[in-house]
Amino acid sequence: MSYGVRSPGRAQIEQKTLRQDRWWLYPAVTFTVFMAFIVYATWRAFAGHDYYSAPYLSPFYSPCLGSCVKGSSDFGQPFGWWPLSAALIVLIFPLGFRMSCYYYRKAYYRSFWLSPPACGVAEPHTKYTGESRFPLILNNIHRYFFYAAVLVAVVLSYDAVLAFRDATGHWGHMGLGTLVLVVNVVLIWAYTLGCHSCRHAVGGRLRHFSKHPLRYKAWTLVSKLNANHARYAWLSLFSVALADLYVYLLAIGAFSDPRFF
Amino acid sequence: MGYDLRLRVWRGDRSGGQLGDYSVPVEEGEVVLDAIHRLQATQAGDLAVRWNCKAGKCGSCSAEINGRPRLMCMTRLSDFEESETITVTPVRTFPVIRDLVTDVSFNYEKAKQVPAVKLTPRDPDGKRRMMQVDVERGQEFRKCIECFLCQNVCHVVRDHEENKEAFAGPRHFLRYAELDMHPLDTHDRRKLAQDVAGLGMCNITKCCTEVCPEGIHITDNAIIPMKERVVDRKFDPVTWLGSKIGRRDPRDEV
Repeated sequence: MSYGVRSPGRAQIEQKTLRQDRWWLYPAVTFTVFMAFIVYATWRAFAGHDYYSAPYLSPFYSPCLGSCVKGSSDFGQPFGWWPLSAALIVLIFPLGFRMSCYYYRKAYYRSFWLSPPACGVAEPHTKYTGESRFPLILNNIHRYFFYAAVLVAVVLSYDAVLAFRDATGHWGHMGLGTLVLVVNVVLIWAYTLGCHSCRHAVGGRLRHFSKHPLRYKAWTLVSKLNANHARYAWLSLFSVALADLYVYLLAIGAFSDPRFF
Repeated sequence: MGYDLRLRVWRGDRSGGQLGDYSVPVEEGEVVLDAIHRLQATQAGDLAVRWNCKAGKCGSCSAEINGRPRLMCMTRLSDFEESETITVTPVRTFPVIRDLVTDVSFNYEKAKQVPAVKLTPRDPDGKRRMMQVDVERGQEFRKCIECFLCQNVCHVVRDHEENKEAFAGPRHFLRYAELDMHPLDTHDRRKLAQDVAGLGMCNITKCCTEVCPEGIHITDNAIIPMKERVVDRKFDPVTWLGSKIGRRDPRDEV
C-alpha cells in the first residue's frame, strides 16, 4: 500500500525525493563525527586510567569522585567504593544533557534515525509518533540535565583555574594544557548557557518582558548564545575530546607540557 | 542574455500524472514563476498554477523546485546553471487538485482548532495597554504569509498521512506560541497544544525553519519555547508544584 509522499490523493510522483543537491552530506558527516566521538568517549570513560597529569584533570573524569589517583580528587571520594571507572559516575549528566539537547536531537534524529534524513527527503519508517511516547518523551526533562550541566561546568571552571598552578601546587603557572582547559571550559559555558531550557528559565517563560527588565536582559543575552547553539555544541564536543586526549597524552608520557610561564 | 530553460513540470490530477519536459525561453533576472507563466502562455494553456502577488507576500505560489519546497516567485533562475533542468512539482503533502495546485484546506481546518484570543478587561479609561517590548516578541510570528511550506515539509505529516488528524503542524504551533506569549490573553492553551495539536510529535528537525520564506525562526522562537511551556504545565513536577502552592497562572485552561 502507498504511504508517505505516495499516499492516495497526492501528486503521484515515483521518486521519494527530487532533490539533486548533496542533502546526504549533513547526516553523513554528523553520523561519522558522532560515532567517532562515541567510540573515543566510551574507550576513555571505561579505561579508568591516564586521566590525570598534574595539574591537569581530564574533563571526562571531573569531578573525580570514585577511587581516583592521588591529586585528582578535589571534592573528595564519596564514591570510593565504586568498582568501575570514576568517569561513569559523572559522565551521565553531560551525556544526558547532550542527548536531550534540542540541537543534538535534531542532529541525531536526522543522521541516526533518518527521521527525516533531510528536508523534503522521505524517511524510511512507516510509523511515527515523535516525542509523544516513551522513551523519547523523556527528552522533556532536558531542563534537569541543564541544571546538572551547570554544576559540571562550574567544576570544570574550577579545574581550569587550578591549571594555573604547577605540578607541585604553586600558583603562577601556565602551560599549553592550561590553555586547552580554559578554551574547553569557555566553549562548554557558551554551549551550556545557550541551551533552550536556560533561555526559557531565565526569561522565555514570561508573558510580560516589560515587568521583568533584568530577566528580559538575561533572556536577550542567552538568546544571542542560543542563536549559535549548534556551533557551540559542535565546538565544545571537539574541545572536550581534545582536552581529554591532551591529558591522556601527557599522562602516558607521549610528550611534556609546553610551559608559557 | 536570455536562454532556453529546460523545465520539467508535473502535470496531472488525483487520478494520476507525470513529469512533462518543456523548453521555455527566459530572460535574465527572471524567477521560476515567470518561466511557468511563459510556459502557460505559449505551450500549455491549460496548466493550472496558483499565484497572486509575485512578491513573496501572498504565499500562493508554493511548490517544490528540484525537490525543495519554495515559493516560485522568490526562486531566481540565476540560482541555477543555465544548462540545468529545473523540476517543478506541486507540494507533496496535500492532495493535488490539478498540476501545481493542491488542496490546502487541511491547514484551515487545523486553524479552527486554535481557540481565539480572549483579552483581559479594559483599563478604567477604556483602553488596553501593552508595552512595546511585549508586542515585539509576537511580531516575528505575524510575518507568516501562510504559504504552508512549513506544513508541507514537516515529515510528521508529509511522510505519515495518518498523523494529519492528530498533528496541527508548525504554522499552528507558531500561533499557539504567539498567543501563549500574549500578555493580555486569558486562555491557557498549553495542554491543548500537546494533547490536541500534537506538539509532542514534533522532533524539532527544523525543516520548517529551513524553508520559511519569511525567515521566521519557527523552531527556536516558537516550537521549542512552546515545548518548554508544555513541560512547565505537564512534565516538570517542581514547576507544577510551584503553580499550585505559589503564584497561580491566572489564565483559564481551554
